[in-house]
Amino acid sequence: MGRRMNIQSNGISFEHRLIAGLVKPQATVLDLGCGDGELLSYLTKKKQVEGQGIEIDEQAIYKCVARGLSVFHGDLDSGLKDWGDKAFDYVILDQSLQQVIHPDTVLQEALRLGKEVIVGFPNFVQLKARWQLALRGHVPVTPALPFEWFNTPNLHFLSLLDFENYCTKRGISVREKIFISGNRTIKFLPNLRAETGIFLIKKD
Amino acid sequence: MSKGKSAVKVDKKYFNLAESPNELSLESGEKLGPIKVAYETYGTLNEDKSNAVLVEHAFSGDAHAAGYHEGDDKPGWWDDLIGPGKALDTNKYFIICSNIIGGCKGSTGPSSIDPKTGKPYALDFPIITVGDIVKVQKHLIDHLGIKKLLSVIGGSMGGMQVLQWVASYPENVLSAIPIATTLKHSPQQIAFDEVGRQAVMADPAWLNGNYYDFGQPERGLAIARMIGHITYMSDRSMEEKFSRKLKEKSKNLKFTSDFEVEGYLKYRGDAFVKRFDANSYLYITKAMDYFDLSGDKLIPKKKKPKIRFLVIAFKSDWLYPAYQSQEIVKLLKARNIRTTYCEIDSTYGHDAFLVEIEKESHLIKHFLRSVSGSLANGEAGENGETDEYSI
Repeated sequence: MGRRMNIQSNGISFEHRLIAGLVKPQATVLDLGCGDGELLSYLTKKKQVEGQGIEIDEQAIYKCVARGLSVFHGDLDSGLKDWGDKAFDYVILDQSLQQVIHPDTVLQEALRLGKEVIVGFPNFVQLKARWQLALRGHVPVTPALPFEWFNTPNLHFLSLLDFENYCTKRGISVREKIFISGNRTIKFLPNLRAETGIFLIKKD
Repeated sequence: MSKGKSAVKVDKKYFNLAESPNELSLESGEKLGPIKVAYETYGTLNEDKSNAVLVEHAFSGDAHAAGYHEGDDKPGWWDDLIGPGKALDTNKYFIICSNIIGGCKGSTGPSSIDPKTGKPYALDFPIITVGDIVKVQKHLIDHLGIKKLLSVIGGSMGGMQVLQWVASYPENVLSAIPIATTLKHSPQQIAFDEVGRQAVMADPAWLNGNYYDFGQPERGLAIARMIGHITYMSDRSMEEKFSRKLKEKSKNLKFTSDFEVEGYLKYRGDAFVKRFDANSYLYITKAMDYFDLSGDKLIPKKKKPKIRFLVIAFKSDWLYPAYQSQEIVKLLKARNIRTTYCEIDSTYGHDAFLVEIEKESHLIKHFLRSVSGSLANGEAGENGETDEYSI
C-alpha cells in the first residue's frame, strides 16, 4: 500500500506529527496499512505505544521489521475480523482508507477494534484539484494526490465534507478534526483549501 | 559452500536423563528411559543466561545445525543462518540444537539398544509425540541452567516443536519463530505421511521392524523419501531445476531413469537410506500426524503469555501452505499477542525455509535484536539446492 510521504521535517512528515499529537502515551495502536512503519516507529519512540501494523507490501514488511515493529503481512479487506472488540486504544488509517476495496467495511471494523480511530486521507476536491478537473480537463495530480490515473493506489475519491456526512449517517462521533494545507493547519474553508484531513472518530 | 576462514569446528555432545527408576512419562502413558540426547551448541552463554536460542530441526534433521565436524566437507544443515555475524549471530547468542528422541542421529530412538533386552527397541519403542520430544528438550535446557530461552526457532516439523514449547512451557520462552509450519496436519499431509509409512512397511525387508540384524528396508524407505522430496519442491522449482531434460541424449524407451527428475529422486532416496533409520521414519511421521495445537491448545483461553512471535510462510509452499501459518496468526491476534507475520515470495516450495536465506535472515536478525533490546530495557516481552539433511 503506497503510503504517501508528504512534507518532511526532521525526517517525520507533518501529518504524522499531528497524528502523534492525538495519541495518548503508552496506548495500544493498530496501524492499518502501516507502509514502511514510519508513523508506528515514531509513535513507539515519542509516545511509547505498543504498536502493531498491517501491511500488504512484502518489501515494506522488511522495513518495518528492521525498525523493530510487529507487523502482519496481509490486506485490510480481510485481515481484521480475528481481533476482539475494542482490542486497541487506537486504530489508525493513515492514507489507506481510500485504497481499500471496501472502505465502509474496513472503517466499521476499525471502529469495532479501536476505542478511537484516527483517519487521515487526501481531500480530492481541494482547490488545485478542482481547477485541474474543471478548467484544464485533467484528473487531478497535486502534491497530496501525486499519482497519475494509471498508477494511483487510490480507489475511492472523497472530500472532507463527504467524510463528515458519512460519519453523521453512520452515527459516528467526530472528536477532533485537523486540516492541512502545505505544512500548516488551517481552519477557514477547509473543504476548498485543505489537501489532507485528519479525523479522530469514535463509535460506542 | 566452501569452508573458508569462517569454518567453525564443532562437536556433538550428549546429555543423559531418565535413568531407572526415574523414567520419563510419555503422553501415551508409557515410560521411556534411560534417554540419551545428542546436542550441539554454538557461541557462548552469557552470565545471566539470557541469550540462549533453541534451534529445532525438521523431520530428518539432526543436532548438527552449524559449523563443521572434524573431517567433514559439509557444514551443519542451517549453517547459512548460524554463525558469527549471521542472523543467529554466535557472537551475540548461545545457540542450542538437539536431536529429537525417536530419531536416529544420536538421541534415543527405535534403533537404540533397549536395556531390557540388549537389542534394538524396534517396534517396542513407545509411541512418542511432539510434546514428548519437547519435554526432553526442556530437561536439556534445565541441565544447561537456562531459565528462559530468548527464542525458539524452527521450520516445518521444527516449527511444530516451536509451537509446542509455547503450549507446554510458555513461562520459559521469550519469543517464538515458527517457519513454514502448522498447528495440525491436514488430511493431505497425513495422507502423504501414510503413503511413506506404507512404502516402508510393504518392503519385505522391513520384517515388522526387526531388520537390524539384516539391513534396512532400503527400497521402501527410498520410495518414501522420493515422495517426500516431491512435496518439498514446487511445480515451478521442478520446472526450473529439471524441466523435461534427459540424463542422456537419446531416449531408450525403457523403464530406467531417463529424465533428470527421476535421477534426482533416485539419488535422494538412495542417499537417505544410508543415513536414516526406517523405524524412525515411522515414529516421527506419526508424531507429526498426531500433533494438534489448534483451538485453545496453543494458548489456553484468557491467557496472554508474554511471548513475541515471528511467523514466516512461503508463497509456493504447498506442503505447509501459507494458510496454515495464517491460522497460527489468527490465534495470536485473538489473544492480542505481538506478532510479525511475513509471507515470503518464493518459488522453492517447502524447501524455501532452507533456501531463502537472505529474506529469512533479515527478518530473524531484526526480530531477535528487537526482542533482546526490549529484554535489555526491562520490558521483557511486553511489549539453490536444499541440504538433504534438513527436512
